[in-house]
Amino acid sequence: MTKGTEIGRVRGYGSAHHGAHHWLLQRFTAAGNLVLVWFLVISFALLPGFDYATLKDWVSRPLVATALALLIVSVFWHARIGVQVMIEDYVPNTGSRFAVTTFLNLAAVGGAMFGLVSIARIAFTGAA
Amino acid sequence: MADRPIGPHLFDGARPHWRWGPHMFASILHRITGNGMAFVGLGVLLWWLGSLAGGADSFARFSEAMGSPLGLIVLVGLSWAFFSHMSSGIRHFVLDVGAGYELKTNKFFAIVAPLTGIALTIAFWAIILTK
Repeated sequence: MTKGTEIGRVRGYGSAHHGAHHWLLQRFTAAGNLVLVWFLVISFALLPGFDYATLKDWVSRPLVATALALLIVSVFWHARIGVQVMIEDYVPNTGSRFAVTTFLNLAAVGGAMFGLVSIARIAFTGAA
Repeated sequence: MADRPIGPHLFDGARPHWRWGPHMFASILHRITGNGMAFVGLGVLLWWLGSLAGGADSFARFSEAMGSPLGLIVLVGLSWAFFSHMSSGIRHFVLDVGAGYELKTNKFFAIVAPLTGIALTIAFWAIILTK
């Protein structure tokens, strides 16, 4: 057991370099979203139609399924961080904030998993 | 309460000690479009993928809902939310590297970002609807 005060124990250690983690992840996922959502936007502009057969055939292509799966991860991660920041700004009560953040985590992971399973099902069962 | 200055929070409207500027509008618009997409957009995205995975019948229900007037309003709204959020997001990337804080430059891009969002939304739907 070391002696001294808490400030004495950490003094001189410098930054733990964890403070900006949340902020950086918001930027990394933003860069991912920029590429992947534009992939979706351009694809919508180029697709010949939006009927069931066309879309299912499109999603079932390996590269498209990969891009959409990455999009799900990047977008849900980014949204989870963004909504958390809003909660931290507008929910002042610590207990409520914990409860809402817990629900947010469950909803974000659950939603992302549903998206991934849906893409996997389309990809692995092949074109309609 | 002592008559001391308070932080410029959105809901301190009882004592307005600030006035709206383009940068404030860009900031709250970024939050509204981002959270709007998080709560509505991700739901529509999952419904779209889930209905495609579910088969022709479930996709027909999704397609019918999104083809309705209300559905189209939601889709146009979401596309506007994305293009606006992306434009102001790129503005944030520039601000993150420490550039664009000069008053005139900051104001200029705070006005340009939302307008770019609207322009891209119009261009996108012009392509989709003329197919």
